[in-house]
Amino acid sequence: MDARLLLLADSRLPAGGHAHSGGLEPAVTAGAVTDVAGLADFLRGRLATSGLVAAALAAAACAHAHTGDQAWERLDAEADARTPSPAQRQASRAQGRSLLRAARTTWPHPALEALATAVREPHHPIVLGVSAAAGNGTPHQAATITAYGAITGPASAAVRLLGLDPLAVHRTLADLASGVDRIATEAAAAPDDWAALPAPSAPILDLYAELHMSADLRHFES
Amino acid sequence: MGANHDHDPHTAAPAHGRALRLGIGGPVGSGKTALTAALCRTLRDEFDLAVVTNDIYTTEDADFLRRNAVLPDDRITAVRTGCCPHTAIRDDISANLDAVEALEERHPGLDLIIVESGGDNLTALFSQGLADRQIFVLDVAGGDDVPRKGGLGVAAADLLVINKTDLAPMVGSDLDMMARDSSRVRNGRPVAFTSLREQPGAPEVADWVRSVLHEARHDNSHTARNHDHAAAS
Ligand SMILES: Nc1nc2c(ncn2[C@@H]2O[C@H](COP(=O)(O)OP(=O)(O)OP(=O)(O)O)[C@@H](O)[C@H]2O)c(=O)[nH]1
Ligand SMILES: [Mg+2]
Repeated sequence: MDARLLLLADSRLPAGGHAHSGGLEPAVTAGAVTDVAGLADFLRGRLATSGLVAAALAAAACAHAHTGDQAWERLDAEADARTPSPAQRQASRAQGRSLLRAARTTWPHPALEALATAVREPHHPIVLGVSAAAGNGTPHQAATITAYGAITGPASAAVRLLGLDPLAVHRTLADLASGVDRIATEAAAAPDDWAALPAPSAPILDLYAELHMSADLRHFES
Repeated sequence: MGANHDHDPHTAAPAHGRALRLGIGGPVGSGKTALTAALCRTLRDEFDLAVVTNDIYTTEDADFLRRNAVLPDDRITAVRTGCCPHTAIRDDISANLDAVEALEERHPGLDLIIVESGGDNLTALFSQGLADRQIFVLDVAGGDDVPRKGGLGVAAADLLVINKTDLAPMVGSDLDMMARDSSRVRNGRPVAFTSLREQPGAPEVADWVRSVLHEARHDNSHTARNHDHAAAS
């Protein structure tokens, strides 16, 4: 694997991810996650739903970047259609904007410029896919990085919010790694027709995301 | 570079022809928001200002500034920091850059954007990619041995403010010792003792900000003229 892709997967990438919990904070607020076992369930659910959707979008964006075509607005609209919660759309676009800034500085590439011109604040998975392409990655690798991020983000938020044992949390992530690989393979095998990309949803997470936006007290943006 | 190291040529934040970005950091409760409010009140008629607050849990600081109407609401933006105030001003400045850029877009011609950090520990330091200059605010009630303990904020900030001098007699803090200890680690960089209770306009700090703004303007035109020369050296 190209080491540039390791930088993209690294949580130390300065792309704004640390201020988002991937829906974990509202789940904690609602009392749905209190310990490592609850976190594992949350992560499994997230991986199978928004994780798969994001990974498939990233794979499609990566493939599209490699072709040099520029239907970015349409792909971005596919992401919108798969993100029913306005709060999650906003969080995805905010993170997309930050990642775009980081990627344009870190891995300059014409596809990143084309995306930035076409969409003012592209969805996060789209930017992730194009960034992977800029780092010479394949759609499958883009999907892996995206699915991996879908569980590592909330996991580190759980360590900070609940004070969970970081070693136990990493053990959980290791247990989920084969699930990440499976989701990435499924995402990368998705059809070329964007309308037919996977679209599973998790209504309770959508609801939590909306409640979070109106909460007085919150540590994370989303 | 050399003497000009403060003007880090950061592509996302071009150092010339834009608002000066002033970071205000320091431990919890030392008076960062009070100082931000003071600077806004004192300087808002002379300069075009905006503020970004970094809140740990609430939007308390932004709300305070709005409630006190130190600036119009649309010039105050709150950023949330995901449990890590120092990450948002140092390791990953994305959210703050977004806020700063949005303010610049909304108010072209801004002279100064103040970024107030969430209350943090003594090692917190603003990234050069976010702040052109930084103030670190301590208070006398946090212990008069804090300057001696040092830390990046105390040692490296462009201005160290030691606030709440009105409380010194009550908590038994030795201001002379704080002055001596600070100057020992600060290599001649300035220290200001303030009481925002007694002098709500923070005149000494405002003067320092004025001088920084004038110097930055001068530097900008100067740097533009000598650009070729600087690139060659
Ligand atoms: N006695 C006294 N109190 C002060 C002074 N400056 C600020 N305070 C008070 O100290 C408290 C904290 O001040 P803030 O300005 O909110 O401190 P902060 O550093 O912004 O706090 P955080 O953002 O929570 O870290 C408030 O109650 C202020 O009124 C001062 O010079 N003297
Ligand atoms: Mg404050």
